Amino acid sequence: MLDKEGIAKRIAMEIKDGYYVNLGIGIPTLVANYLPESMDVVLQSENGLLGIGPFPFVGDEDPDTINAGKQTITMLPGSAIFDSAMSFGMIRAKKVNLTILGAMEVAENGDIASWKIPGKMVKGMGGAMDLVASAENIIVAMQHVNKAGESKLLSKCTLPLTGINCVKKIVTELAVLDILPEGGFKLLERAPGVSVEQIRNATAGKLFAEGDIPEMVIF
Amino acid sequence: MNKVVSNADEAIRDIHDGMTLMLGGFGLCGLPEKCIAALVKKKVKDLTCISNNAGVDDFGIGLMLKQRQVKKMISSYVGENAEFERQLLSGELEVELIPQGTLATRCMAAGYGMPAIFTPAGIGTEVAIGKEIRNFNGKDYLLELAFEADFAIVKAWKGDTMGNLVYRSTARNFNPLMAMAGKVTIAEVEELVEPGELDPDHIHTPGIYVHRVFKGENYEKRIEQRTVR
Repeated sequence: MLDKEGIAKRIAMEIKDGYYVNLGIGIPTLVANYLPESMDVVLQSENGLLGIGPFPFVGDEDPDTINAGKQTITMLPGSAIFDSAMSFGMIRAKKVNLTILGAMEVAENGDIASWKIPGKMVKGMGGAMDLVASAENIIVAMQHVNKAGESKLLSKCTLPLTGINCVKKIVTELAVLDILPEGGFKLLERAPGVSVEQIRNATAGKLFAEGDIPEMVIF
Repeated sequence: MNKVVSNADEAIRDIHDGMTLMLGGFGLCGLPEKCIAALVKKKVKDLTCISNNAGVDDFGIGLMLKQRQVKKMISSYVGENAEFERQLLSGELEVELIPQGTLATRCMAAGYGMPAIFTPAGIGTEVAIGKEIRNFNGKDYLLELAFEADFAIVKAWKGDTMGNLVYRSTARNFNPLMAMAGKVTIAEVEELVEPGELDPDHIHTPGIYVHRVFKGENYEKRIEQRTVR
């Protein structure tokens, strides 16, 4: 089973040289820590920055320079600043190659719910609806089951949707799965020490596990 | 073309109960904190506020919420504010949550003189309820209207007396978009300079969009999530 860092490390392996990548809040933010130094990747922050650098050293925090999670960050040589409309313009126009975000539920047809629990929690969708409506390459980073032990990989989402038919890949503490174009979760890899049976038990939606499912290799 | 007013109180003098305001900033970054403080002092109420976030409990728009000055919030993300969530869940506050790109682009449309935009954000979700959908090249898009706001209140790094504005770093965010979109636009700046001191090539908001500008003193610029290496 993977911890949050493990999920982030596995997702980092999906990023290719030359990519512009948008990282959501939570586990996706950690992915930045595991990009190989040799790789040329530019991180987009939807509050208006291309080229997110590391967190600042103590004393160097700049209140004017934050990421979409409102954390203080630094910029890199070659960073660019723009307004919020242009930020979502480049997302809508598919200039961003990969979007990594969290979710509360994902359905076997690629629907995602991530912004609201009616009557309990209303934080808002932020930029997630814009991202999932336009991005062609979306990976969800999340826990396989919720705090109550219920599967978050469902046949149909129960919570209000963020977007439809959009998620392509999911990485959880248990597995890497693709969403099949015809519907269903295709099991690609198991987390170290996790059996196909465990993954099947934690997946409420249709799971396709054909042949020998390899264990993840994480560098 | 001198747009200078002496302070925040003078800048907001004719903001009255029931008006619609745009407030720049992303979280507490690039927030027009001097004008918000003046609105809190003035106790003007029944406001509709268009702003990406709702501040935190003790800073930003959170201060106006605490005094129950806000009738309706139009935002994309409000997760940082417990009092906001309480007023929302209890039904005391009317809230319209909209996608962040839609929020930004509805401001932009207003400033560009366009009545509406088409965006795919929200298709298939409750955001799409009651809205016109058009299909272009096989993909569905929502028709979203340009915002109308009585006042836009923005924060810039530098401004000149003609209202030309320059923002700094990610404090730019929604500010230049909202600056274009208000019937009346108020800009508060950290440095107020004479015409000619700003490089024309580096101006983000041309002064034609700005009606009042003043220098704010002693910016607090509170950090919401101080994160270090």
